[in-house]
Amino acid sequence: MQGLAASWRLYGRTDGVSRGVFGVLAVLLPLLAWSAVSYLPFVWHPQVLITDPGGEDYLESGMRMNRADFSRAVSEMQSKNEPVPQGIAANPVYLPSPGEVLTAFVHAFTSSAPTGAEHSITQAFGHSIQIIFWGFLISSLIGVPLGVMCGSLPGLARLVEPSVDFFRYLPAPAFGALAVAILGIYDAPKIAIIVIGTLFQQILVIANTTRKLDFALIEASRTLGAKGLKLLFRVVIPGILPDLYRDQRILLGWAWTYLIVAELIGTSSGITWFITQQARYQHFDNVYAAMAIIGIAGLGTDMVLGLLGRRFFAWKREIDG
Amino acid sequence: MTEHQLPDYRTLPADVAERMEQIRQREYVLEIDHVGKVFAQKRHQTVALEDIEFGVHRREFVCVVGPSGCGKSTLIRILAGLEETTTGRILVDGKPVNGPGPDRGMVFQKYTLFPWLDVCRNVMFGIEMGGAERAEARRQAMQWLQVVGLEQFATSFPHQLSGGMQQRVAIARALAARPRVLLMDESFSALDAQTRLKMQNYLMEIWRKIDITIVFITHDLDEAIYLADRILVLKPRPGRVEEVIEVPLSRPRRAAQMMSDEFLATKAHLEGLIRSFGDTTEETDEGEDDFTIPLLTLVTDKAE
Ligand SMILES: Nc1ncnc2c1ncn2[C@@H]1O[C@H](COP(=O)(O)OP(=O)(O)OP(=O)(O)O)[C@@H](O)[C@H]1O
Ligand SMILES: [Mg+2]
Repeated sequence: MQGLAASWRLYGRTDGVSRGVFGVLAVLLPLLAWSAVSYLPFVWHPQVLITDPGGEDYLESGMRMNRADFSRAVSEMQSKNEPVPQGIAANPVYLPSPGEVLTAFVHAFTSSAPTGAEHSITQAFGHSIQIIFWGFLISSLIGVPLGVMCGSLPGLARLVEPSVDFFRYLPAPAFGALAVAILGIYDAPKIAIIVIGTLFQQILVIANTTRKLDFALIEASRTLGAKGLKLLFRVVIPGILPDLYRDQRILLGWAWTYLIVAELIGTSSGITWFITQQARYQHFDNVYAAMAIIGIAGLGTDMVLGLLGRRFFAWKREIDG
Repeated sequence: MTEHQLPDYRTLPADVAERMEQIRQREYVLEIDHVGKVFAQKRHQTVALEDIEFGVHRREFVCVVGPSGCGKSTLIRILAGLEETTTGRILVDGKPVNGPGPDRGMVFQKYTLFPWLDVCRNVMFGIEMGGAERAEARRQAMQWLQVVGLEQFATSFPHQLSGGMQQRVAIARALAARPRVLLMDESFSALDAQTRLKMQNYLMEIWRKIDITIVFITHDLDEAIYLADRILVLKPRPGRVEEVIEVPLSRPRRAAQMMSDEFLATKAHLEGLIRSFGDTTEETDEGEDDFTIPLLTLVTDKAE
């Protein structure tokens, strides 16, 4: 319980219990807020879902309208002495309840493609993962070595970094048309967009990380006879590895943000296409289910990578405290 | 002898005089040949060292002292090859050297063990850089750990050791690479007094047992006198050799010698020297006599 109080002091220390409590609350509080908005009519529910149109002919059951419009329709019917329309308070269609989203989520793994989509969520998502995987792999194969070299060779840094910095500011979508023109309309241009989006950041970020390696360690290793490739592979790389790993985790997040652009060029595909398509049909439960899958997958990978990182780089954690 | 009439620090006891003569007979391992160093900044130039001329004999223990900012660290970094000279050169075994190399090992003030390697692998580092096989390097590293008395910590990581232990590993790591000269820049100054004395004794013990020449930088005069055969006194702005003192203490050294007249005489002389430089420093960081502290809080009781 002391930990709970200490958690709210600047740079205070938390204990395992309070970390757990906060972890659970972090998930629970947003869910509770969402449920409150969805299931407690007095919280928001600005619309009315028509269950029986009554005598009003422009109404249909299943339709949603603003509360003001609905009460106008009711009073109109009352004055005409016709059957009054019936309805229940509801949220706008773009805010489905947790239950609906959960159903859609479960459906995503049990049934095939919903209306309007040629793939199920899982198929679409699988395709997205492939794009990310190849895009990030190619970017890393170039970006990590080049970044480390730029960070450790001042000459190379002076040569390469200005142009990298230039390209970094060009928005990746600007390359969309170009990528399609060169690489065709299928997956290649999508992978290219991911690569363009991450690579330039990657080079600069990793070069910086490499430069930040404690110079005293370099000097110490030099007085022990290390130089050239031995210095690089025995000191520089092991020394920056934990930070490099952390950079890669952050950059993987960048790759995901470029997925949106990548999947809308050429033939649209993947989870982005699924979401836009389902939104067009107003299947917002599916939209949220798809978003939830992206979020859970992202959070999941990051947590797994974080745990692995702590296993691999125990020495770093002990030093940083 | 009258009370507290200290002897002249220059009169060496017979055994010490004989030892100094022996040392003088030996060849130079490390020569500092008219070394000067100028740091060029945007506006002005700092002359850190000017025309330093000094030779260190084989198996000699030399300490370098001097007031803060006189260029001690600059000198040892030049010796290690981590800094370039502006004029002059450094010779090891008579051959000029360029850049750092395994012939000059260094123990820094900061703890510089590789945090991702365990203690044994840290010590193996220099041996492996010399081209030895992994198994052979491990065998040698364990011997060096035995020398510094840390073989039971072979699989610990640096952050699990105390500062003194880390410096012992650093010494083992530097020695394992088989250098001709061991350079140490205030390597014990971060340690508490007891640990420091223990480390000093360790270092002298190791030095006695193996063929190594040591150049040790310190600002602690006791430490310098306790350890050194000769003390090189630098004067600041620009850094020049002020005096080379032959320490009139016999070996092996014991902590009790710190009370001896020879020790006190040498110390008094060194203190006088260093104080005489004090006037030349612009920043009066050694603030002694007339500095007034503004009254910050109201004090009601008298402290003295
Ligand atoms: N990289 C540098 N650039 C410019 N000036 C420097 C640099 N390194 C040292 N100096 C200057 O050279 C002089 C000597 O510095 P040095 O660090 O060698 O002193 P020191 O004797 O080791 O002092 P201390 O006892 O405080 O460690 C100082 O005036 C310092 O300002
Ligand atoms: Mg210094």
